[in-house]
Amino acid sequence: MRQAELLIIGGGPAGLCAAISAAKSGAKVLIIERNKYLGGQLVKQTHMFFGSEKQYASTRGIDITEILLNELDKYKENVEILADTTVVGMYEDGIITALYKEDDFFKISAKAVVVATGAFEKSLAFPNNDLPGIYGAGAVQTLMNVHGVKPGNKVLMVGAGNIGLIVSYQLMQAGVEVVAILDAASKIGGYLVHASKIRRMGVPILTSYTVKEAIGKDFIEKAVICQVDDKFQPIEGTEKEFDVDVMCISVGLTPLNELLAMRGCQMKYVPQLSGFVPLRNENYETTIENIFAAGDTTGVEEASAAMVEGYLAGLCAAAKIGYKTDDFDERKNDFVKQLDALRSGPVGKHILSGIEQIVV
Amino acid sequence: MRIEEHPILEFKKDKKINFTFNGEKIEGYEGETIAAALHASGVKVLGKSLFLHRPRGFYCAIGNCSSCLMTVNGVANVKTCVTDLEEGMIVETQEGKGVIV
Amino acid sequence: MFEKTGIPSKEMVMGKFPSIERINKGPVAVIECYKEIPCNPCETACKFDAINIGEDINTIPAVTSDNCTGCAICLTKCPGLAIMIVDGSKSETTVLIKIPYEFLPLPKVGDTVMGLDREGRHITDVKIVGVLNPKSFDRTPIVTVEAGRKYLYDLRNIKVEAK
Repeated sequence: MRQAELLIIGGGPAGLCAAISAAKSGAKVLIIERNKYLGGQLVKQTHMFFGSEKQYASTRGIDITEILLNELDKYKENVEILADTTVVGMYEDGIITALYKEDDFFKISAKAVVVATGAFEKSLAFPNNDLPGIYGAGAVQTLMNVHGVKPGNKVLMVGAGNIGLIVSYQLMQAGVEVVAILDAASKIGGYLVHASKIRRMGVPILTSYTVKEAIGKDFIEKAVICQVDDKFQPIEGTEKEFDVDVMCISVGLTPLNELLAMRGCQMKYVPQLSGFVPLRNENYETTIENIFAAGDTTGVEEASAAMVEGYLAGLCAAAKIGYKTDDFDERKNDFVKQLDALRSGPVGKHILSGIEQIVV
Repeated sequence: MRIEEHPILEFKKDKKINFTFNGEKIEGYEGETIAAALHASGVKVLGKSLFLHRPRGFYCAIGNCSSCLMTVNGVANVKTCVTDLEEGMIVETQEGKGVIV
Repeated sequence: MFEKTGIPSKEMVMGKFPSIERINKGPVAVIECYKEIPCNPCETACKFDAINIGEDINTIPAVTSDNCTGCAICLTKCPGLAIMIVDGSKSETTVLIKIPYEFLPLPKVGDTVMGLDREGRHITDVKIVGVLNPKSFDRTPIVTVEAGRKYLYDLRNIKVEAK
């Protein structure tokens, strides 16, 4: 069995920041990442981030990974990275199991764990929603921005949250036509600066619309949408048709929480946080001692918040296992202040009403 | 279906990789996934569903949803959206669960 | 309506512009940030103390036009690409407008391209008088267009046809 002081599951923005923070405190950190590369979904974020300087605002997501890895490199004597490795189980006796590549199965025991597994894309129910060409918006982002492959020629974007708006813009940057963006809500959910920049490219944003059906044999050839009333019921006679070869589904993410649930952490369904999330204290420690969580797995937010949560959870996890530095309070207060700042506006209000329900 | 030029990104397409899809020869590039290489060649249908035999394409492209499972080099249920393309790979559409033994 | 369509009303837009007297004096930033989001790189980027957000990063940026030199650094730093620079000092019949433009092909100085409003409608043709894309702009090029004066408050984007 492999021994680790602090195990961090997931090498995305939250996991990397947790590792930086803990390694800086002096803890020996082991990062396990299922992909061959670190950075998680930052690898496809070609847009500039919001927030303030401390969360790398104005820097493109694709460049933030390198900044974080350079930071992590400062403490390299404290850091070990296992990529291409998937944690497949966390058991009641504390044993964690993992799989390197396809057949190297091994066990790990750790003094503390930070689970930073992120989130994944939700689907939307409508007839023929399983046709090829109907892809998650993040999937399209991966295809275009990582592999340089266009998803198709004409795209209908379903969902006007930040991801739907950003991916629409990125589709146009890749030379793909976006015929419209629709959202069942009566208002645009994403930042309005994103909405305006797409609108002025001539792309209509249709609020109070939903997908009625997709039409096609082997892949999508046509999309039918219709208006919904204030109870989200379809209004007859309001149908619109679009000849498209791609429909992008961007109806939100939901936390990847299987490991926490398996370990026995108390979980709660919180709509404002987009799914089942672990109960936790203000140090991001779950109801099981020495199991911490950070990032989207504790509630879906922007990557900027995930990074600060990672810093905070890494700091507290290291302190819990004996690496409490003299400047602990100062560092902790800084992270708490940053999170408060990110969540103090109208968008953050919604998130805070969810967080209230899980902090114990 | 490939992006020729991009305002933000540069795509390194150095080494070509030859593979087959249902017996047909296809070219992809080193560093891309099987699903990306297939999509670049216009292949969207990666398999057929278990009961209703409906066409399946990828959905999440990050290895979560299992919509992209194919048989690769005779091994069933390979997540082609996160598996790197390799020279000489034999990639086949998969019916339902695929043949394991 | 803005929250339904992404198109700000004329009143909202006018509220972000400085006086015409200020515009006629020389280049000045117009920040079309209408809703509070946690973001302050424009304030951080400004070397002239012309943009103020303050302690709460959700506050909508306030521009002190008299301090603004129209240097356009904030244009390249705004993650929402919400800033433009307007300049009415060069001619009595036209205005110069600087906008960020992250698409290909980039226009060239001397080109005539379509000028679009905030809904993406083609309202006039504009002349490209400047294209800047140094490394420090981090892949957010700035295009300067010359447009008829009457389009000052409506022109917000361009469309460059691929050759």
